[in-house]
Amino acid sequence: MHSNKRYLIELCTAAGLIVAPFILPHLGFAPNTVNRILVWGLFGVGFDILFGFTGLLSFGQSAFYGTGGFVAAWLLTRAGFPNVFIALVIGMVAAAAVGYLVGLIALRRTGIYFAMITVAIAEVFFFVEFNPLADFTGGENGLPGVPTPSFNLGFTTLHFTTGWSLYQFLAVCYFVGIVIALRIVRSPVGAVLSAIRDNPLRAQAVGHNIHGYKLTAFVIAAAYAGFAGGLLGVMQAFMPPDAFMFETSGQLVMQTAIGGTGTLFGPLLGAAIWLFLQDFLQSAVHLGAAWKLVLGLVFVILVVFLRKGIIGGIKDLYDLATGAKKKREATEADALADFKEPAGGNDIIAPHKRDSDRASGPILQATGLTKRYGGLMANSDIDFTVNHGELRGVIGPNGAGKSTFFKMLTCEIPPTSGTILFEGRDITGKSVTDACQLGLTKSYQVNQLFTNLTVRQNLVVAVLADLRGKFRLDMFRDPQSIPGLKEQVEQTLRLVRLTSRVDTKVSDLAYGEKRRLEIGLALATRPSLLLLDEPLAGMSPQERVETVKLLKSISKGRTMIVIDHDMDALFELAERVTVLQEGRVLVEGTPEEIKGNAAVQEAYLGGMHEEVH
Amino acid sequence: MINWANFVSQVFNGLALGALLALISSGLTIIYGTLGVLNLAHGAMFMLGGYAGYVAYSYTGSFLVAVLAGSLFVGLVGILMERVIIRHFYSRPHEDQLLVTFGLGIVFVELVRLAFGSQSQLVPAPAIFSGITSLGFMFYPTYRLAVVGIIAVALTALFLVLYRTRIGMIVRAGIEDSMMVDALGINVYRVFMIVFGIGAMAAGFAGIVNAPVVSLTPGIGDDILVQTFVVVVIGGVGSFPGAILGGLIAGEIISITSMINPGYAYVMLFAAMTLVLVLRPYGLLGTRGRE
Repeated sequence: MHSNKRYLIELCTAAGLIVAPFILPHLGFAPNTVNRILVWGLFGVGFDILFGFTGLLSFGQSAFYGTGGFVAAWLLTRAGFPNVFIALVIGMVAAAAVGYLVGLIALRRTGIYFAMITVAIAEVFFFVEFNPLADFTGGENGLPGVPTPSFNLGFTTLHFTTGWSLYQFLAVCYFVGIVIALRIVRSPVGAVLSAIRDNPLRAQAVGHNIHGYKLTAFVIAAAYAGFAGGLLGVMQAFMPPDAFMFETSGQLVMQTAIGGTGTLFGPLLGAAIWLFLQDFLQSAVHLGAAWKLVLGLVFVILVVFLRKGIIGGIKDLYDLATGAKKKREATEADALADFKEPAGGNDIIAPHKRDSDRASGPILQATGLTKRYGGLMANSDIDFTVNHGELRGVIGPNGAGKSTFFKMLTCEIPPTSGTILFEGRDITGKSVTDACQLGLTKSYQVNQLFTNLTVRQNLVVAVLADLRGKFRLDMFRDPQSIPGLKEQVEQTLRLVRLTSRVDTKVSDLAYGEKRRLEIGLALATRPSLLLLDEPLAGMSPQERVETVKLLKSISKGRTMIVIDHDMDALFELAERVTVLQEGRVLVEGTPEEIKGNAAVQEAYLGGMHEEVH
Repeated sequence: MINWANFVSQVFNGLALGALLALISSGLTIIYGTLGVLNLAHGAMFMLGGYAGYVAYSYTGSFLVAVLAGSLFVGLVGILMERVIIRHFYSRPHEDQLLVTFGLGIVFVELVRLAFGSQSQLVPAPAIFSGITSLGFMFYPTYRLAVVGIIAVALTALFLVLYRTRIGMIVRAGIEDSMMVDALGINVYRVFMIVFGIGAMAAGFAGIVNAPVVSLTPGIGDDILVQTFVVVVIGGVGSFPGAILGGLIAGEIISITSMINPGYAYVMLFAAMTLVLVLRPYGLLGTRGRE
């Protein structure tokens, strides 16, 4: 049944494109309008991969639209290049190359910085096109005389000219563009892109080189823009200079937001609404130049009230009507339900990064670890060694520097001084991604999950980092075909007891379930050393008992370090305990030794002796 | 061969433009720093200031009234915008905030286009600043010199508000950590509203002060917005001194490059921004983590 549905979207798209010329004229769409919608739609497919799927809002897409368009148009009008289709492809490649270079700069920063830089880039390209490169681009005049495509098939020549004739060519281009985009968003790369959108920090921490993937999305968007830009010239028999204008970027953003992001088809719908309203307001209502004001207002209202655009709105309505999204009441009882199922025997032994069972001696050695924030010493001169297979506890009063210590061990922050050896290798100053790839990761004190993805998708993201390494461009691969992926996800699901919640969105999970998924994400990367930062934080007493059991089962054949405030739980779990106080190691020993240690008691009871004297 | 008189006059032009950009960018950057919202309608605020001043001027004939009306009107628009729309976006993703302010910017521009048409409007310089001044070795339009002075006064006023008043202290604390300010029992929402008003007002003030230099069109704020972004990236987001330094740098780059070849002004500006991003990713005077 799954395979029947597999190409459903592709088939529907093809059917839609075939029947469009028979239906749309009756709705008042001129063939040229439909063609423009297709070009905007294709332009938007790439943009949606960048914005809707990866979460990067660029206001600079006109730069690539113009680059692709002018390279193709220049080849065809000035350079005497004969083949329209190959010229379009060259334009696309040029736009992608420019996108790569621009991406290197723009992606140095995220969030609003990224948006501002892309705005600046778009403006620069506009000026470059008008002035320094005016000899190539025709400046204000653009490049007239762009030919339409024809294909010599030997026995006959297909020539696409204007109107519905050209529509056939554009429709095929759009269809191929959609098919490729669908492949990309369903591929492992697509999964990582969504993870970056939801939580870049965690995507990095589970071992993905997010910079590389963001750059990939940026280049893909530039390539789509470049090809669409070329089509614009072909469609109008003229390459207009305003392709480079900032308004072009703005219109794309607005159309995509109106149609709906993260659907690939949103930009097409948005463009249809935009162009239809523009025609309608100008010719039927005689609004003249005020059409843009009306569209601006429509856009603002949509952003305020319909966050996911029109397609998102329709989807929500559909879900509401069919009751497909039965809002499951997430309760504590629910969260514990999975525990009542018997653990599946011995088949759920925790996975390993490397065959380190036989290894002995230290897996982690930190020497002289110090972290200074200005005048504040968060950690000073910590020596810390953990052996293979050990389960170490770390305790200390609030502000003792436990979390800072963990962040240094997992390479989230670099130490001010000191070194960290992991499996004999110096990892000081490495990135958190590299540390995870080497087999050292942590579960966070505050949940860091991919909240808009399902439980399964969350785990898939983590497992992909383990199976594919930190960066790989398998953009057309079906994730199902990756050997071991399914097993590893299932195994982790069983371990953290979330089997019955696989297809639930993380935002609909109960707190306890989220905590277990948090541990599951770390576990799914198959670490040989797992750090757990307060895994029991915020749990009810019953959940704590179950989670301690879970931690015990995870720890079989694995090295773990656990921070927690729950001393009873920690003393029950850990073989050895390290006590931190004021950024230093106070004492280290077995739980019994720690319980009886006077210095520890003093640290926790707060230096009462000093006042007594 | 460089003509020195021409060069010096371009340096002055750069100073005037730089001062203007510094003021507009300060407005943008304190709003972003405090509220966490990047106002893409900030360029439209600049434009609105010019037109509001133009209307006031055509009724009263007084430039001073025009400046007051321009800045107060835009301050009011800012406050309304914050109360009615922006407020509901604090808890929404950055992208939504960008989209809604971008849309509002278009609405403002198109409203003005509807009311005043696309042709340019002129506000003459006040009589005392009209004509040209001899600087000994060259002549320079008096009003442009005055612009530098007027903006300097405005920036000083903004500085005093930010660094010498209670509200300024709260604003600067909010830039560092608005959650903490909230936790200290200060009504951050009221502060947010005031800051949005002050930030918008800075742009509006710049808009009317600039009106005698460059004639008004509905799209006048678009270029300014882009330049403001470059200024903020160069100077560092959330930094008031950074906005001033970045503004002056950007103004000089645009002016001096324009003297040689206007087509490269933006290219050079962008090159400077890239250089800063590579060497000091958080801006010349910015701090890590404000984004």
